[in-house]
Amino acid sequence: MEMEIPYTVSARPDTGLYNAKIGIWLFLASEVMLFGGLFSGYVFLRMGAQPGYWPHGMLNVPIGTLNTCILISSSVTAVLAWASLKMRQFTQYQMWMAATIVLGVLFLIIKLCYEWPEDFKRCGVYIKQEALAKYEPYLGNQYLYSKGLPPRVEITGELENEDALTNPNTREYDLHVDATYADPTNPANDRPSFFQRPVSDKVVKINKADVDFASKFYPSHNTFFGCYFLIASLHALHVFGGLIVFSYFLITGSKLYRKNPEHLCNRVEVAGLFWHFVDLVWIFVFPLFYLL
Amino acid sequence: METSTAIHSHDPHDPHGHGDHAEHHDLGFWRTYVFSVDHKVIGIQYAITGLLFLFLGFCLMMMMRWQLAYDGKPLPFFGPLLARFVKNGGMDAGGVPGVMTPDFYNSLGAMHGTIMVFLGIVPIAFGAFGNYLVPLQIGAPDMAFPRLNMASYHAYWVGGVLMLSSFFCPTGPPKSGWTSYSPLADLMDKQAGLIFNGQTIWILAMVILISSSLLGSVNIITTVIQLRAPGLTWMRMPFFTWTQLITAFLLLLAFPPLEAGSFMQLMDRVFGTSFFLPHGEVFNNQLVNVSGGGSPLLWQHLFWFLAHPEVYVLILPALGIVAEVITNNTRRPMWGYKAGIYAVMGIGFLSFVVWAHHMYLTGMGRVVSTFFQTTTILISVPSVIILTCLLLSLWGGSIRFTVPMLFATAFLPEFGIGGLTGIPLAFTSTDLFLHDTYYVIAHFHYIVAPGTIFAIFAGIYYWYPKASGRMMNQFWGKVHFWLSLICINMIFMPMFLQGMAGMHRRGFDGGKTYTLSAPALHWNVTIAHAAWGLGLVQFIFIFNFFWSMKFGRKVGANPWNATTLEWSAPSPPPHGNFVGPIAAYRGPYEYSVPGHPVDFVPQADPQGPRTDAGALGH
Repeated sequence: MEMEIPYTVSARPDTGLYNAKIGIWLFLASEVMLFGGLFSGYVFLRMGAQPGYWPHGMLNVPIGTLNTCILISSSVTAVLAWASLKMRQFTQYQMWMAATIVLGVLFLIIKLCYEWPEDFKRCGVYIKQEALAKYEPYLGNQYLYSKGLPPRVEITGELENEDALTNPNTREYDLHVDATYADPTNPANDRPSFFQRPVSDKVVKINKADVDFASKFYPSHNTFFGCYFLIASLHALHVFGGLIVFSYFLITGSKLYRKNPEHLCNRVEVAGLFWHFVDLVWIFVFPLFYLL
Repeated sequence: METSTAIHSHDPHDPHGHGDHAEHHDLGFWRTYVFSVDHKVIGIQYAITGLLFLFLGFCLMMMMRWQLAYDGKPLPFFGPLLARFVKNGGMDAGGVPGVMTPDFYNSLGAMHGTIMVFLGIVPIAFGAFGNYLVPLQIGAPDMAFPRLNMASYHAYWVGGVLMLSSFFCPTGPPKSGWTSYSPLADLMDKQAGLIFNGQTIWILAMVILISSSLLGSVNIITTVIQLRAPGLTWMRMPFFTWTQLITAFLLLLAFPPLEAGSFMQLMDRVFGTSFFLPHGEVFNNQLVNVSGGGSPLLWQHLFWFLAHPEVYVLILPALGIVAEVITNNTRRPMWGYKAGIYAVMGIGFLSFVVWAHHMYLTGMGRVVSTFFQTTTILISVPSVIILTCLLLSLWGGSIRFTVPMLFATAFLPEFGIGGLTGIPLAFTSTDLFLHDTYYVIAHFHYIVAPGTIFAIFAGIYYWYPKASGRMMNQFWGKVHFWLSLICINMIFMPMFLQGMAGMHRRGFDGGKTYTLSAPALHWNVTIAHAAWGLGLVQFIFIFNFFWSMKFGRKVGANPWNATTLEWSAPSPPPHGNFVGPIAAYRGPYEYSVPGHPVDFVPQADPQGPRTDAGALGH
């Protein structure tokens, strides 16, 4: 025998809210603190980084922009789905809901199947402080110094001898460097920039004795990528969770709609609030990691 | 006899009737006792699980006390037994079975703290008491989200069991203290495997426990906002419910940053990132192969951003319980009810801006230290307001020294000792000396052990008749109280002396390596015996708890002649809690209203004087 919990569907008069709406706002408050903690970590580490050790322009800005547009559009379609339900137009609701799910899935596909695998192909080699002068032709630190920009301490590109990362017997990294390092004093190659610098034909041989740390662009490559992959994957998990909830409402919604349309409407509203929050997190991720 | 006055006109049923049984049996065993969505069952589940963890954490501590008192000697009986089960030879130092290794001592310390805070006290004070009492005290049929409530309990025990599973890891349980400071916690025991090693399991279990308490706090806040009975305005809410509400906000907002920190530590351990590892970190005489660029201080900030509000999560529900017990047993309204509520809010707010007083020794800089000294001293103001309210509530009351009242009155001075000894820790100049000594251990244990745990005992003795329909044995309750009171003070009072003598809190050999503290070392033996005595005394409570379930004196709805709404429901309350419609007609503590024939007026009684003691300014 189930008992009736008051205000599950209708609003309590003095608060003007039904239970789940208060619940989701409280949950979002805790989410703000979760991502707030992560972004504070980002600020803390970035402020504490030595000059040159916080990289810029490492991510694919056009792809990030595309994903931003996709996620914002999905927020619009989520609102339209809710509005259709409010006007009791169920077929329209299904259409907008399906569109939201498609956009969300598209976001994840672009991120997980294209953007990140591309990142994982690239490699960065940190040069020891004392060896920086040796690689000056590729780093262009004199030029950067004259412009008042932080120095470059890392050479990025794609590895020709992949086994150099794991094989202790290889003596050097053969790196197909990014265009920036092929022509380091060209202002067009300054970072950050909208389009990523393509890999040049130039192969730079970097002696392992001169290297501080080298790895592909994995989370462990530096604290920038650590922060980026942690926050972005947590964000992707949230997108995934939202998609599961939306799919559930799309598939099973008609049953509840026939019984109590307002209840379904509330559920979509609550899930929509969560979705907008996830969208908002991305609005912070995009400029902080892609643009700044 | 005591009960007759509390049964109201709208409550025609026999309070002994147990009308709920038929319903419960309809649901079957699993949905009644295991996967129940009834807040009362979930509350009791939390209580039993939490008390088990509390005792387990206490057992770990009793082993540590042996090591401190009798360094290098095998632990009698249990030692050789444990030597067989504990992996990596934690209990056979030097090849002697039953002698504790320093590593295992560290593990016990880490697990004692973790279990007591996250698996013992919070689940009892917030999970058990909050779940059971908040809906009853506000006249609600259940929590706002019953299934979420069930989920949060099940996440809790899964997290707890996962935490305990670290005892069976090849490298043993986590060893980096309950605070899991990096870089040690980042690098310790990584050789044992990516996931199945003590520290990684600690992180994963914490993430689950944090999720559990987030669900619980969302539920409590929504319930209090949405499901209050008609007439139960904010300033008619019992003090206990107020403290639960603020506690829920603290958990909601303070835990997520630790979750963020836990994710970072997980990344450091599993994916080799450097969130908390600076450049050039050396571990076991080897340069660690990471990119570096992280900061160990970042972990401390994220950890203490939770862990200081967590202290108030431990103490606020205790203050709430004590307020209920004291008003009931002094037969007068709570002195300064409103001031107390504003003080609780003040504590809630200020608890978010004091965290770095745990980090004076990290060299944050004078300006930052000064800021945190100021806020730390500020937070003592609302704490003193509440304690004063409770103390002055005794003034002129006709005090009944029932067992819950004994625990509640003992709480006041013990909490006072804990609070006042915290003041020297708030100032950098004195803290630099006292930091990481036994003085700190004594200080916060006075808050949490004779403070919160005594309040928990008060609460259990006080609401036991509500939950079971039977009274716990009062004589054995008094024996339990007096012996516990003596033992617990013999444990913690000498620690102040040891701490001021300079004994370090993490030394595994009882401070022998610190010649500075030699004159205070003999206390280790006293403390150890008092601790084991306290352990034995608890068996009186355990026996009383189960014996009374079967043989305790049967009572009606309101055995204590109390006023708040939960006492208008039958004992135990049926599914859905109240027999008829419920409403509040007055303030929560209408005791001894002048001119009224009996010395209490229940909130739910539609007849009788319409007073709000708070508003009238008693």
